[in-house]
Amino acid sequence: MSGNPYLLAAYSVTWLIHIAYLATIVRRYSRLKREVADLKGPGAKSGSYM
Amino acid sequence: MKKLFPILGVLTAILLMYALYQALVVAPTEQTMGDVQRIFYYHVPSAWTAFILLFLNFGASVFYLVTRRSTADIVALVSAEVGVVFLTVNLVTGPIWARPVWGIWWTWDMRLTSTLVLWLIYVSYLFLRRFSSSGETPLLAAALAVLGALCVPFVYFSIWFFRTQHPQPVMGGGGSIDPRMLHALLINWLAFSCFAFLVCWSRYRLEKLQREVDAAHAMESLLDPRESLR
Repeated sequence: MSGNPYLLAAYSVTWLIHIAYLATIVRRYSRLKREVADLKGPGAKSGSYM
Repeated sequence: MKKLFPILGVLTAILLMYALYQALVVAPTEQTMGDVQRIFYYHVPSAWTAFILLFLNFGASVFYLVTRRSTADIVALVSAEVGVVFLTVNLVTGPIWARPVWGIWWTWDMRLTSTLVLWLIYVSYLFLRRFSSSGETPLLAAALAVLGALCVPFVYFSIWFFRTQHPQPVMGGGGSIDPRMLHALLINWLAFSCFAFLVCWSRYRLEKLQREVDAAHAMESLLDPRESLR
């Protein structure tokens, strides 16, 4: 197999799309974990929601 | 379940690397197109994985319309979102393959246009889910998903019913394929399917947590309405 720029571009862009989507999932999960910590914190109105 | 996810993640990563090796090294070079034909091993499995996810979205949407169970609604949302990601890969890798082979990036033929329309339908579905604040959003989205799913078989069979520039189907199209190419194709499809399953699983857990947090915020507002007005 020789280095074909179109082949390289197609494989690279595939993984860039997947990694970008995974990054959004990780970012949203981190934000939610912070929100859960806030809800469970000392300032929370009720003992436990989760 | 917490231990199972990392194990499956490692196994899927190994399978993806093996599939990449099959696509780039083991599969023979196609005689007329050369190495650029190897885009096929990512382009086609991405489309097949997207179709499976959109059918899952259809099934979950019908189930939601019948039972109104929130689990079905979450499965519908997650499968549509991950399906759109795989369909995006298919739509992006297609023109990259077309440019050196056809001499053009894009042509408005039936297969390409119907795939773009399918993508737009499911992007609209995700926009509806993201930006509508109505309590009826899951119901409206389920109805849209049922209509959108009708487009999936049309996209798949468009190359049978219309004269198009797109090649004939690999399976059932009457052509033949080298067994090593078929093996590389199926391994890549299996690897992408496992990857899609894990991404759906993560996204499902995220969505469940999001709904629990939203419910907790709503409860907090009920306990102290003044807090929610600030």
